[in-house]
This record gives sequence, C-alpha cells and structure tokens, in this order.
Amino acid sequence: MQDLLQQLLNGLSQGSIYALIAVGYTMIYGIIQLINFAHGDVIMVGAYVALGAALMGFGFIPSLILAMITCAILGVVIERVAYRKVRPVSRLAALTSAIGVSLFLQYTMMYFLGADIRSFPADILPERTYTLGGVIVTNKDLLVLGTTLVLVIILQFIIFRTRTGKAMRAVSFDGQAAQLMGINVNYTVAFTFFIGSAMAAAAGMLYGICFNVQPLMGLMPGLKAFIAAVLGGIGSVPGAMLGGILLGMTESLVAAFGGSMYRDAVAFIILILILLIRPTGLLGKGVQEKV
Amino acid sequence: MGVAPLLDLEDLNVHYGAIWALKGINLTVGEGEIVSLIGANGAGKSTTLRAISGVIKASSGGISFQGEDITKVPAHDVVKMGIAQVPEGRRVFANLSVLENLELGAYIRKDTKGIKQDLDDVLDRFPRLQERIGQVAGTLSGGEQQMLAIGRALMTRPKLMLLDEPSMGLAPLLVKEIFSIIEEINQEGTTILLVEQNARMALQVASRAYVLETGRIVLDGPAKELAQNEDVKKAYLGG
Ligand SMILES: Nc1ncnc2c1ncn2[C@@H]1O[C@H](COP(=O)(O)OP(=O)(O)OP(=O)(O)O)[C@@H](O)[C@H]1O
Ligand SMILES: [Mg+2]
Repeated sequence: MQDLLQQLLNGLSQGSIYALIAVGYTMIYGIIQLINFAHGDVIMVGAYVALGAALMGFGFIPSLILAMITCAILGVVIERVAYRKVRPVSRLAALTSAIGVSLFLQYTMMYFLGADIRSFPADILPERTYTLGGVIVTNKDLLVLGTTLVLVIILQFIIFRTRTGKAMRAVSFDGQAAQLMGINVNYTVAFTFFIGSAMAAAAGMLYGICFNVQPLMGLMPGLKAFIAAVLGGIGSVPGAMLGGILLGMTESLVAAFGGSMYRDAVAFIILILILLIRPTGLLGKGVQEKV
Repeated sequence: MGVAPLLDLEDLNVHYGAIWALKGINLTVGEGEIVSLIGANGAGKSTTLRAISGVIKASSGGISFQGEDITKVPAHDVVKMGIAQVPEGRRVFANLSVLENLELGAYIRKDTKGIKQDLDDVLDRFPRLQERIGQVAGTLSGGEQQMLAIGRALMTRPKLMLLDEPSMGLAPLLVKEIFSIIEEINQEGTTILLVEQNARMALQVASRAYVLETGRIVLDGPAKELAQNEDVKKAYLGG
C-alpha cells in the first residue's frame, strides 16, 4: 500500500512536468492545428537558460522567470519565422518546418555547448526528504508540484478571465469569425506561442533539476507530453493536464511493478490504444467543430 | 447624388486561387439605406461581403468606406472603422457562452459604459438571449444563434452592417421576425447591406438592390422596380 502511494506520488510529480509541456502542445494545436514538434526542444532551451542562470548564482525563482521569458520570446520568433508563412500553404509544410526547427535547436545547442550531460548545482535545492505515513516526499517533488500548480492557475486565469484569453478561445474555434470581431489573429497566435513556450521552459527547468540537461533532453518528455495531450484530447487544456498526470502515474506504476524497461513502451501502447478506442481523447470534443 | 456613398465598390475583382469569383463589381451603399444583394448559389454574394470585411483580399479594384480606401486594411481593423458582418451560417463561438459571444462583439471597444448600455439593448431586443445568457452558444437553436450573431455584430456598434443570409434555415415566422429586426436596426441609424436567397423578403425591406450572377452584377435599381422585373420574377421570385 505504501509502495503504491509512493509510486503514485512519484508519478504525480513526473506527470505534472508532462502536463506543463502538454498544455503548450495542446494550446498551439488548438489555435493553428499544428503539432509543434519543436516544442520539446523549447523545453531543452529553457533548461539550459535556467541552468546558466543557476550557475551564475541566481536562485530558483529568478532562474525560472528568466528561462520562461527567454523561451516565450523564442516561441514567438519560431512562429513568426518558421510557421506563419507556411501555415496557409498546407499542414504538411508547417509540420515539416516544425521538424526543421526542432533539429535546428538541438544541433545549434550541441554545436555551441557540446553534447555533455550537465546537472543543476546542488545548492539550487539542497535535498530534503520528509516522511508522511511511510511515503517519502522530497522537496523536489514539492517544488515540481508547487510550481506546476501555480503556473496552471495562472494559465487558467489567462485563458478564462482575460480579454486576450477570450480572443484565444475564439480564434481556436473559428479564426475567420474572430477576425470579424476585430481580433488580430496573428497577434493572438503569437501570444499563444508566448504562453505555451513559457510553460515549456518551466517544465524544462524542473525536468533538468530532477534529471539532467543535454541537447536532446527534450525529445522524450516532448513525445510523452504529446501523448498526454492526445490522451486528454488534443486542443483541450484540462485534457492535457489530466493526460499528463495519468501518463506520469501509469509510467511510474509500470516502472515499479513491471520493470522500468517497459516504462517507455507503455506510454506508446497507451497512445495507440487511445487512438483506437477514443480517437478524440478523454476530454476531447466528439467532433472537430471546425467550419 | 452629390453626397459620396458610405460604401463604394469599384471594379472589384476577387480570386480564390484559379477561381475568378468576382468579375469587376460596382456597388454603392448610401448612408442610412438598406441595400439587398441577391443571386443564386455560388454567384459571389458571400465573397463580396468577405472582401468588404477584408477577410479575403481583392485582386484588383477598390473598396472605400466613408471616402477612405479600405481595400488593403486587415479584417480586424475594418471592424474598428465601423463595418460589422453577420456571416453566413452564423459562426457563433459555440464553445463560448452567450454572454462571452456578446462580449467578443465589444472586443474592439474600451468604453465600458457604452458596452454595458449596448449589452442591455441587445438583451432587450432579444429576450431569448437574456434567458440563455450563461448557456454555451453551441446549444442554442438555429434561430437563437442567428439572434446571437446579430447581437454580437451590434455590440461592435457598426455604422454599416453586412448580413449574409440571415434567414437561412429559419421557419417562416422567425424569418419575418429577423427581417423586422433588421428594419428596426436600420431605423435606429445603421446602414445595411443584406445578402439573401429569400429575394422576396430582401426586395421588400430594401430601398435598392443588386442582382449578382456568376461574379457579375447583371441588374440593379430600386428594389420595388426589381421586384416587378420579369427576369427577376422568373429567376428569383418563383415566376
Ligand atoms: N474558399 C474558397 N475557395 C475556393 N473557391 C471558393 C471559396 N469560397 C467561395 N468559392 C467560390 O467562389 C464562388 C462564389 O462563392 P460565394 O460563397 O461567394 O457564393 P454565394 O453567392 O455566397 O453562394 P451561396 O448562396 O451558396 O452562399 C463559388 O464559385 C465558390 O465555389
Ligand atoms: Mg454565400
């Protein structure tokens, strides 16, 4: 029983990182129907920026904010340079462009910083553990959960309580009708990349603290978060969060009771099963209400 | 005439890739008028409205509004100049509530007081929207969605309102109601350009009308005269 709780806690912590990444995927998909394959690499850039800041002596929160701002801008630049012109041409063209951006980010980082695996300095978070009814909780877990919770609340506020959030929801439902309301679609799309990429940066930093930092680090969590987004119903923000948490927990349980060799395979099996049984995902809309 | 028209389309051409949808349209709408644009499916009626709103760009020719050239103005700025469109098929934001849809109509505005006033007016005009204010727009009936689409356009506080087939798919009684609302809106000072399949009603409420056939204007004149025209009767009024 304690074992189970322990695994669920580990899964929750891992899953909330997936969730942070998945919301970016899902928001961007929701607004321009593009699987932004470069999203995983934005995580990586975020991790490096945060690592750099931490090495220069900045604490957790300043490093986090710096990484988020840098990646938010990076996201806007990526959209402007690599997607905006090709988007109207075809989805395949945009997808290809996204893969190009992904490789560009990976190998640019590798060129300048090398392929070395780096770690955050231990003093960014001196390890502490607490025992709660036999379950071990580390301050890392608390940091991940706390950061995710705060960011998700801010995100919900932006989407549901602000004028720009309303515009985002309108554009993702029907861009042309949104234009007729005087909404600047390009600006709204850029804003979505801004927010989504900032979330990715936060995920990158948390991931880097839990594991390590290297140029290809975004690949796996990026793919997993993509699965989480599909699992939850792509385009749905609550779905992405739910998908992330569920995936994290499942992986953690599989790793503990089935062997960690199968952990990654299980994620992909889940994806295939979901697509077969419920193609629109857990919280996805029954039909795509695109006009 | 003397006074410059509110809206003036001059030799307007629009292409969708290789498809030549509008082939040199000339059309004017004077301040305070209701002008109808009728024509068969695929004639280019919606394309004309889309071009005016800036959602699709003209390949040549010009559009001016209040004497200003708006041919190249992006769609989101056209709204700010005072042109609202109620698009074909309503296009309400089905995932948003009725209130949020109306608020989006006021997206371009900052005058909180005026917005509140207009919201109250819209809800007075459409009591059924008032009753469903918190409901998600996708759950409204077709007629209610049409009211919402009109209300949403009113919230932009337009000088010119473009309506694309507002009677589409509505029961006869509701069609009447919608048309009388259009007349009311006009009497309160909003100029109207109305696209309709329902030529009979469209010619009844309008002062002038244009007939569009495969991208060209083939007839225009006072609506009463067009309603008596033999060709129009045969083609659009069922003999
Ligand atoms: N997005 C588009 N891409 C390509 N062709 C289009 C597009 N929209 C319209 N067309 C073509 O342009 C022509 C005019 O279409 P439009 O929608 O303006 O007609 P309409 O008069 O509004 O017809 P309806 O009464 O059926 O609404 C048609 O031949 C149509 O096939
Ligand atoms: Mg049409």
